[in-house]
Amino acid sequence: MRARLARIFRLGIKELYSLRADPVLAALIVYTFTVAVYTVSQGAKFEVENAAVAVVDEDQTALSRRLSDALLGPFFKEPVEIKATEIDAAMDAGRFVFVVQIPPRFEHDLIAGRNPTIQLDIDATAMSQAGNGAAYIQNIIQQEVQAAAPGTVAQAPVQVVIRAKFNPNLTSAWFTAVMQVINNVTMLAVILSGAALIREREHGTIEHLLVMPVTPIEIMLAKIWSNGLVIVVAATLSLVIVVERLLGVPVQGSIPLFVASMLVYQFSVTALGILLATVSSSMAQFGLIVMPVMIVMNLLSGSTTPMESMPVWLQNIMQFSPSTHFVALSQAVLYRGAGIDTIWPNLLALAGIGAAFLTLAALRFRKALQAAG
Amino acid sequence: MSGAAIALAGAVHRYGKTVALDGVDLEVPAGCMAGLIGPDGVGKSTLLSLAAGVTRIQEGTVHVLGGDMAQRSWRRQAGGRIAYMPQGLGRNLYPTLSIAENLDFFGRLFGQGGAERRERIEELLAATGLAAFADRPAGKLSGGMKQKLGICAALIHDPDLVILDEPTTGIDPLSRRQFWELMARLRARRPSMSVIVATAYMEEAERFDWLAAMSGGRVLATGSPADILKQTGEPDLERAFVALLPQDERGDAEPLPDLPRVDHGGEPAIEATGLTRRFGDFVAVDHVNFRIEKGEIFGFLGSNGSGKSTTMKMLTGLLPASEGEAKLFGAPLAGGDMATRKRVGYMSQAFSLYAELTVRQNLVLHARLFELPDVEGRVAEMMERFDLAGVADVRPESLPLGIRQRLQLAVAVIHKPEILILDEPTSGVDPVARDGFWRTLIELSRKDGVTIFLSTHFMNEAERCDRISLMHAGKVLAIGTPEELQRQRGMDSLEEVFIAMLEEAGMGREEGAAEFKERPSAPAHVRRFDLGRLWAYARREALEIVRDPARLAFALGGPLLLLFTFGYGISFDVENLPYAAFDQDRSAQSRQLLESFEGSRYFETHAPISSTDELDRRLRSGELKLAIEIPPDFGRDLTRDRQPEVGVWLDGSMPFRAETTRGYVQGIAQSYLADEELRATGKQTPLSPVTIEPRFRYNQAFKSVNAMVPNVIMLMLVLIPAIMTALGVVKEKETGSITNFQSTPVTRIEFLLGKQLPYAVIAFLSFVTLVIFARFVFDVPVKGSLFALSVGSLAYVLATTGFGLLISSFVSSQVAAIFATAIISIVPAVNFSGLLVPVSSLSGGARLMGLAFPSSWYQQVSVGAFTKALGFAELWTDIVVIILIGLVYIGLAMLALRKQGR
Repeated sequence: MRARLARIFRLGIKELYSLRADPVLAALIVYTFTVAVYTVSQGAKFEVENAAVAVVDEDQTALSRRLSDALLGPFFKEPVEIKATEIDAAMDAGRFVFVVQIPPRFEHDLIAGRNPTIQLDIDATAMSQAGNGAAYIQNIIQQEVQAAAPGTVAQAPVQVVIRAKFNPNLTSAWFTAVMQVINNVTMLAVILSGAALIREREHGTIEHLLVMPVTPIEIMLAKIWSNGLVIVVAATLSLVIVVERLLGVPVQGSIPLFVASMLVYQFSVTALGILLATVSSSMAQFGLIVMPVMIVMNLLSGSTTPMESMPVWLQNIMQFSPSTHFVALSQAVLYRGAGIDTIWPNLLALAGIGAAFLTLAALRFRKALQAAG
Repeated sequence: MSGAAIALAGAVHRYGKTVALDGVDLEVPAGCMAGLIGPDGVGKSTLLSLAAGVTRIQEGTVHVLGGDMAQRSWRRQAGGRIAYMPQGLGRNLYPTLSIAENLDFFGRLFGQGGAERRERIEELLAATGLAAFADRPAGKLSGGMKQKLGICAALIHDPDLVILDEPTTGIDPLSRRQFWELMARLRARRPSMSVIVATAYMEEAERFDWLAAMSGGRVLATGSPADILKQTGEPDLERAFVALLPQDERGDAEPLPDLPRVDHGGEPAIEATGLTRRFGDFVAVDHVNFRIEKGEIFGFLGSNGSGKSTTMKMLTGLLPASEGEAKLFGAPLAGGDMATRKRVGYMSQAFSLYAELTVRQNLVLHARLFELPDVEGRVAEMMERFDLAGVADVRPESLPLGIRQRLQLAVAVIHKPEILILDEPTSGVDPVARDGFWRTLIELSRKDGVTIFLSTHFMNEAERCDRISLMHAGKVLAIGTPEELQRQRGMDSLEEVFIAMLEEAGMGREEGAAEFKERPSAPAHVRRFDLGRLWAYARREALEIVRDPARLAFALGGPLLLLFTFGYGISFDVENLPYAAFDQDRSAQSRQLLESFEGSRYFETHAPISSTDELDRRLRSGELKLAIEIPPDFGRDLTRDRQPEVGVWLDGSMPFRAETTRGYVQGIAQSYLADEELRATGKQTPLSPVTIEPRFRYNQAFKSVNAMVPNVIMLMLVLIPAIMTALGVVKEKETGSITNFQSTPVTRIEFLLGKQLPYAVIAFLSFVTLVIFARFVFDVPVKGSLFALSVGSLAYVLATTGFGLLISSFVSSQVAAIFATAIISIVPAVNFSGLLVPVSSLSGGARLMGLAFPSSWYQQVSVGAFTKALGFAELWTDIVVIILIGLVYIGLAMLALRKQGR
């Protein structure tokens, strides 16, 4: 047993040397965990921020201008005034997500209690912003109208106070930054381990290993620990330096617990990478298989859109993806400060899925070797 | 023999610090068969690649066929008159293409018309005896046949200069003889043709018209073989060459020790009975029997593809036998038997050590894996014994073949195995090094009692074996000591015995020996841009794709599957939010409030909460996304107009969901309040003095699927085409067929566009299927101009395949290509192209990355045509930008792609 562990260790060290010998790979790993995480969380925000708005002011009174001025940053870009006839073309070109149309005689009608109507055009193809932005604009307009014309509304009998736990201002960068790290972990782990195996097969080095006192499972485990280690270290650094420091995301929970869970996750995704490598007969096939698998794992894991909004059959299928469990677990640990007592079912699932992948890969290992060469 | 075919003056070439050519002045005469001889790593290959124009000249001048190879225009012209066959069996051939298809490709590269190509291919195949195998894929040919095909490919355009780098390395004697007969006939047809060959076989070199002996990057002597013999006063070339070498490079001058074999008795070390291996219908090894005694050196000879390697692989346990039994040390071979593996050393035919590790690291790795007690000591010993100390910290990829073979042998014996299985260990190794190699083998066998089982094509090595066996077509034809076999046949040399036996077995009968017709050579002017050459590459690429239907299926089926899952899966509709109430009041009023939540399709009621702790815990665990806290006395306060406060807690860990939930809660609260007002006052008061009428344009129902479909098409048409093309160039770099691009007149743009074309076609087909799928499965029709969408998509797939090629031209390994393409394309395509966040609200680097990537522009086209009912008038600017980005990608790929290696 000790000899076996020693062999796995040696082979893993070899793997690290290989990684070091390829500066392109190293540069790409650094890029994914720094630049990619930073730009995505800073530049592509889910909350309504800097949404492009246009105002069609056919009233041109103090009130209508007040409404227009109230659409402020950081939610909205400075509203652009356009003519009613320009609405279609501007929205077709995707220049604005929202167009507020204030009718003629708006202020007049309001004071007269005639309940004038403001039309709000929303580009519904901008799914992530359309709904929430529309709600904002409606709120802003209501507030401004109430402030400008007090007494037109009755006092509400109940006060509904909505507070968000774990992220009181609902800053999306907190979310995207960490989810980006997770997505990158998935991507790197699957490609690195799988491609490394195919390369060994194409170069005949696997064959060489197999005549030595080394078993396929040892080869696979070596790839898992070494590639996993590199990625876990990179991801942890990224989390502490880029996410916590640079992006100022307060991490609620225990980072050690998160890192420990990431190790388990690594195991299951690198095992998946190896499994995919054993089912593809060439690097070209591997690329074509790995791309869709990764995209599905990233986009449907709950790291991008809410898990609950997926159809139930798809939610069930996604339970087989390690990323689903890891995303759930990370959200619990990092945002909600959950402990091991909360996340153990996810950990168990990750370990189980990883073991299943590894078993399948081991079963296919020699067959794939013979088929490929 | 007029003038010089190749003239080098002061040529110096370095790879990093290693000097390959050290000031070479050489004139190779034209119109004859010239040879380049010398040990490994003396610069023979470098010299030939400079002459072929595939490597850039670093210092000095190289003139070929009378022109300066430093000039691009001359290289292009000369490229049409030179044929170059790189080292390694069939390295410039395409394994999945058939013989005829390979030749057709080369014919097209040289701009030959259909009729001319057919005629030439027919003639060459007839002359080489390959006609019967015209449809067999090149990858399934034996080594000898591969070499013949290689020479056909080289000669298809009637070159004036043929450059062959070790063409007969690793080929059996019969094929070798046939190869030289073929060359002689070709030369007879066109006496003006110059041929230069690098070779390690001195007996071949003796038949050449002119020789240059090289060592240490310098030319030692030139002249006809007779001249060289005269200069040195030695009887044969092998010794003459050694005499030319500086004293310290001569190796041991003394002949190999001839120690008698010691009979160790006991069980045979290796025993095979009825050993058989089938691959499908093909019987690679057919009931083979042999016994190899302990300490014996057993030679395995045979034609290429006769099953030698397969037999060896079965003995190492790499391949299971289909039938029969193999015993090592008297025990049957078991797959997972670690103890046996430690007693066996194996060296495979192809180099199979880690090219990315240094020589020392490779040795240390193997020493550690075998758990040797003194790793450092043993590694040092091996480096000393195999003369590797000088290259200890060099990576094997930059070492010549011979030295790599030495490293492989060192690795094979590092753990002092009792059996050595060596598959053509000396293939491509120069004579001096081979002698050294054999010294080691004899020592191992005679002193340490190691059993050695090796295959070889060198007859002088076969003579050194204790016993040899001859194999052909999976069967053992004869076994015995070399003397016995010669005696039985009554022949003087083993080579004759061998050739006779193979001929009897039916090999070489395919030799049609058709004669060549005389054809005036008319070197056509090589055009700067030629659609035919572009088409040659496009056709070749397409054939390769067709040979791998699984890949085609993934390329077309993958996007459909993803459209299906994402169409349903990526949804910004927040529904079924699990919530629970912490009702501390339990009054009629509080129940009324909660009822309005229960009735909503957005929420899903969970068991009520009974304490603040529980509220916190259940939100923390993720079970609840929302908790409603109703204070005690809510009902009483409400009726007394005291404005009680209802607390709603959201799980903020996913901000988007929380934000949407907040909107829902506000909406429900509003309607609850209105109802409350109605109940209290009996009249309907508007809650607000204004009505705001939201109109969700382009997607009235505000359903995610309508918005998702055009976005998913955007995503699929970048990721899949990019990853498909990403291997296009780099694969040729890895396998070596890139030399076809480097040594023929094909230009960079022809090469790149030719590679791109088939993938762009597949990607466009994928677009068509996606649109059909969107229309009939998701019921999302194209509301705008289908034509504009198609044009935009065509531009888009050209840009995205161009992106893949760009990556492919930059990187040097397939792993890096897959990796780089996935990482560089996924981030902007998913995040910065309007899929999740509208491009108009991106900021900073994200916006720049988005705009520099074609996806953000295509998203406008796709969404515009699908949902916004737009046409050309509105979309043409986006399409133009996509085309421009595509052109930039191709332009950059051209810059990254080198027509010449370093």
